[in-house]
Amino acid sequence: MLRTAAALLRKDLRLEWRAKESVPAMALFSLATLVVFHFGTQRASVEGSLAAGVLWVTLLFAAMLGVSRLFLAERDEGGFDGFLLAPVDRTAMLLAKAAALFCYLAVVEVVAVPAFDLLLLGPPLAQALPLLLLVLALANAAIAIVGTLVSALAVQTRVRDLLVPLLALPLLVPALVAAARASAPLLREGGAAAVDGTWLLTLGLYDLTFGLLAFALFDFLLED
Amino acid sequence: MYGKGLRALSIATVATLVGAFALVFFYAPNDADQGFVQKIFYLHVPMAIVALCGFVAGGVFAVGHLRTGDRRWDLRSYVAIHLSLVLAVGVLVTGSIWARASWGHWWVWDEPVLVSFLVVFLLYACYQPLRFSIEDPERQARYASVFAIVAGAFVPMNFVAVRLAEQFTHPRVLGTTGGSMPGSMRLVFLVALLGMTLLFVTLWKFEMAHKHATFQLRALRRRLSGEDDLFPAGRSAAPRLDRPAVGDR
Repeated sequence: MLRTAAALLRKDLRLEWRAKESVPAMALFSLATLVVFHFGTQRASVEGSLAAGVLWVTLLFAAMLGVSRLFLAERDEGGFDGFLLAPVDRTAMLLAKAAALFCYLAVVEVVAVPAFDLLLLGPPLAQALPLLLLVLALANAAIAIVGTLVSALAVQTRVRDLLVPLLALPLLVPALVAAARASAPLLREGGAAAVDGTWLLTLGLYDLTFGLLAFALFDFLLED
Repeated sequence: MYGKGLRALSIATVATLVGAFALVFFYAPNDADQGFVQKIFYLHVPMAIVALCGFVAGGVFAVGHLRTGDRRWDLRSYVAIHLSLVLAVGVLVTGSIWARASWGHWWVWDEPVLVSFLVVFLLYACYQPLRFSIEDPERQARYASVFAIVAGAFVPMNFVAVRLAEQFTHPRVLGTTGGSMPGSMRLVFLVALLGMTLLFVTLWKFEMAHKHATFQLRALRRRLSGEDDLFPAGRSAAPRLDRPAVGDR
């Protein structure tokens, strides 16, 4: 199954590399959102819980763009049919798509987090970076898993673009709560403070629970 | 099939609910702190508990559908979620009234139960649009079941996460601190909870009976007219079990 998933992931990443369908749009959208936040909050710089909120809302909204396009090519170009005909484990598709979404998010964050530091963040980022990377990784996994599930649910409906954010945002609220709480002390004015481990644990448990749920249910979304 | 025992159940529901509200107004003591307003508690909390249990039950029924492929499980899940959504609107409204009366605001963010309930409500509000936007009935049932299971598992999880995040001002009724309720209040609360549960079950059975009768009527009409698509069902968010199998009832 891992080999199948790796092959699918390679295909997805190559497709994205050549067609550049999602990632540039997500990155640009995150930059635009940061600008909007600057004017919306009427601040030149943010710190603490406000900074964490701005960062996570930006990333979450940018992720929605990628989530709603995740399975589009499979549906339109017959990727589902080809995959279902192949004698492989169907969960490989879940694994590959979640990994692809994780990679997209990581690339977007490579653009968005420095931009956030440059444009809005008051306190220096360098000190907080190692722990922030951990929070980012855990939250990316959460968005990737839930996003893949929601995207697979919504892609066969006629109102895909509407349903994806409507379904994904409430489902991601616990992850957002944990991620924002965990990163708020890191972005505080006057140096990063210690992170409350509870939030990292919550994020980890969230990833685990939804990972298992997606693993159990994904088959039913492909069956035809 | 679902009409059996409906009359007795309805009578029991009405009796319990009337009894519960009689107890609320004539027996339960006024809250020392909040006074008369606190009586909304006997409506609000049972409704919330039943709604959440209904959402989870919808997920459990959906598991039944995915395991057996029997569309009647999907219908059960649909009706449970649909009724819970109606109750959830009531919960949000009564909760808001209570918050206004006892804390002075219509909406209080630092109050985990209200907030997590809103998140759950927002999620389930997408259930019907999701169903409606899938045309193939078989796929609609399957996708709705997946959604119902994910959302059903999400309900308890969301409550834990939001509760961790906020300091609670909300009275915890069935938690470890729930013992602070005096015995008479607790008794009345339990009767009200029983009444609300009975109401939910009765309404659920009523709607199931109604849907089954509709399907059977449609199947009979079709057989009479001899044409397949004389009465097209139209697109709908509700599950359709037209042409039930012989052993269906």
